[in-house]
Amino acid sequence: MATPTTLPKIKSGTDGLDEILAGGLPAGRPTLVCGAAGCGKTLLGMQFLVRGAVDYGEPGAFIAFEENVEDLQKNVASLGFDLADLESKKLLSIDHVKIDPTNIIESGDYDLSGLFLRIGLAIDSVGAKRVVIDTLETLFGGLSNYGLVRAELRRLFEWLKEREVSAIITAERGDNALTRHGLEEYVSDCVISLDHRVHDQVSTRRLRVVKYRGSLHGTNEYPFLIDETGITVLPITSAGLDHAVLDERVSTGVARLDSMLGGQGYYRGSTVLVSGTAGGGKTSMAAHFADATCRAGERVLFFSFEESAQQVVRNMRSIGIDLAHWEAAGSLRFVAARPTAFGMETHLAVLHRQVREIRPAAVIIDPASTLINAGQATAATQLLVRLIDFLKAQHITVLMTALTQGGDVIERTDVEISSIVDTWLLLKTIELAGERNRGLYVLKSRGMSHSNQIREFNITNRGVVLTDVYVGVDGVLTGSARVAQEARARDEARQRRLVVEQKSRRLAQLEAHHKEQLAKLQVDFDHEAAELRIAIEAAANDSQFRDQDQRRMAQVRQQDDGEALR
Amino acid sequence: MTEQKHDATDGKVWNLRLYIAGDSPKSRLALANLERMCERHLPGRYKIDVIDLVKTPELAKAHQILAIPTLVREVPEPIKRVIGDLSDESKALLNLDLDSLTTGSG
Repeated sequence: MATPTTLPKIKSGTDGLDEILAGGLPAGRPTLVCGAAGCGKTLLGMQFLVRGAVDYGEPGAFIAFEENVEDLQKNVASLGFDLADLESKKLLSIDHVKIDPTNIIESGDYDLSGLFLRIGLAIDSVGAKRVVIDTLETLFGGLSNYGLVRAELRRLFEWLKEREVSAIITAERGDNALTRHGLEEYVSDCVISLDHRVHDQVSTRRLRVVKYRGSLHGTNEYPFLIDETGITVLPITSAGLDHAVLDERVSTGVARLDSMLGGQGYYRGSTVLVSGTAGGGKTSMAAHFADATCRAGERVLFFSFEESAQQVVRNMRSIGIDLAHWEAAGSLRFVAARPTAFGMETHLAVLHRQVREIRPAAVIIDPASTLINAGQATAATQLLVRLIDFLKAQHITVLMTALTQGGDVIERTDVEISSIVDTWLLLKTIELAGERNRGLYVLKSRGMSHSNQIREFNITNRGVVLTDVYVGVDGVLTGSARVAQEARARDEARQRRLVVEQKSRRLAQLEAHHKEQLAKLQVDFDHEAAELRIAIEAAANDSQFRDQDQRRMAQVRQQDDGEALR
Repeated sequence: MTEQKHDATDGKVWNLRLYIAGDSPKSRLALANLERMCERHLPGRYKIDVIDLVKTPELAKAHQILAIPTLVREVPEPIKRVIGDLSDESKALLNLDLDSLTTGSG
């Protein structure tokens, strides 16, 4: 066994399966697909051939042991496969190998060269690169020589390898083994097991790669889905954290919320959780975001698990958001289903397929909590986490809503998924004065400065409006209490303003009065001072004259010194 | 001899086809076994066509042949099939109704 360093692979034609197989099925080698009846083996094989022929130009041969050609054509026509057309274009050859046990009598030794020749003919007639043999084990029911059939099958697998065709061989599941007749012994390259289980009356199909020699492959069980486009596998291969992040922002659709989130909205490719109690406005927030994204010229996928598409459209129209015209324009696609309609895995597989199909910029899951409740909690949560990683890797913004129970434990909800959420908005009901009002918090928002304040959240006929709440000494007030409190505050302020005005006026009056008094005093003072100065001068002059007069009189009287000194 | 017991066949000529895939010991053995049985039970009233599917593989599909060798009794009806080299003669005879043609001694 010389395993080349890089195993050549071919596309399986099944969405999601190639990711699990790290590229595809082994080229030029047989692959065993086993599972119980009705689990999708034939379809997987048919898809391998049809997609191979249509998408990759590789003709195929289908060797049918169980269904005749007409039945096959009919069964896959509902999936959009036109086998007759492919046959006429020489892209497909079908041979129905009919085994009627009642009409086969064995006498002596034989081999299955006839089968080999027929497969060879089917391959050569179209130059097939791909071969499907569905269900080979039917041979064991028709032929009694068990040992001989086993030997021939071993030879058949060797022969297929020699012909270097890429083959899918289907086999029935055994009781305690992968296949009823131990075919996995011969096909050692790649074995895929399909399963169809019912849990709590909900059926889920799962796929597992049991082995893949010489190649990496996902080892988990992956849910898959059969619908009108065939099989889709949900390739939740790894919960990787290596996806590129974007700095680009996208509008939330609510201007005030954009400004709460650093002025620009959510990050593109981030995961947003809007949680709140029933009637909290979660869907409205989702609708705003959908509307804003469509407005930006991008596509949105809206998964509604509680309301029908029409119901959502009608309800949102009542608050002024017109989703119908986005839907008509192809920007918005609704997928509505009851959570209990299928298992969680199937829902996610549907989601996954839709995402691949329409390549949206944003995905809305309303609500994600119901989805989790539909599954077995831990497994379901893991699946959801992986799905979000898948969406993140493609830079798709995810907005999930989650229903929380009322009461004080709101922040406790969804602990499992909260860790993967980048932006968490909490819509909280505030009960006060006989009213229920809504408040919105940004509980967290990674990688951006965001408002830590609560906003009052009102749903109007023009959509969601966020208002500042009243924050005062009595706490946070909303609704009419806020309005009343605001009025009261305005009154008080007016009162205070009046007092100030009065006092100011009084002060001004006082000042003016004071100034007047001062001026008057000054004038009086100046006046009196001047008079006094004149009087002083006059008096001084007077005494001088008097001295002179006395001296003159003394001279006249010849007064002696002693007399003069008295 | 055999003429006495032709009620099952109305004395018609039997049309037998032996499908083989190339020359192989099994095919040769099957043909030899078939000829011996026919000579014993249907002398002069049988026709054997040997069809080599290696040369005409499309007949394998058209005639729903899987095992090699396969013997098909086309006439008389109903069509019967025996697969193998016919070495288990009693089984072959039983299925082809040749046994009813035989007398005790043959």
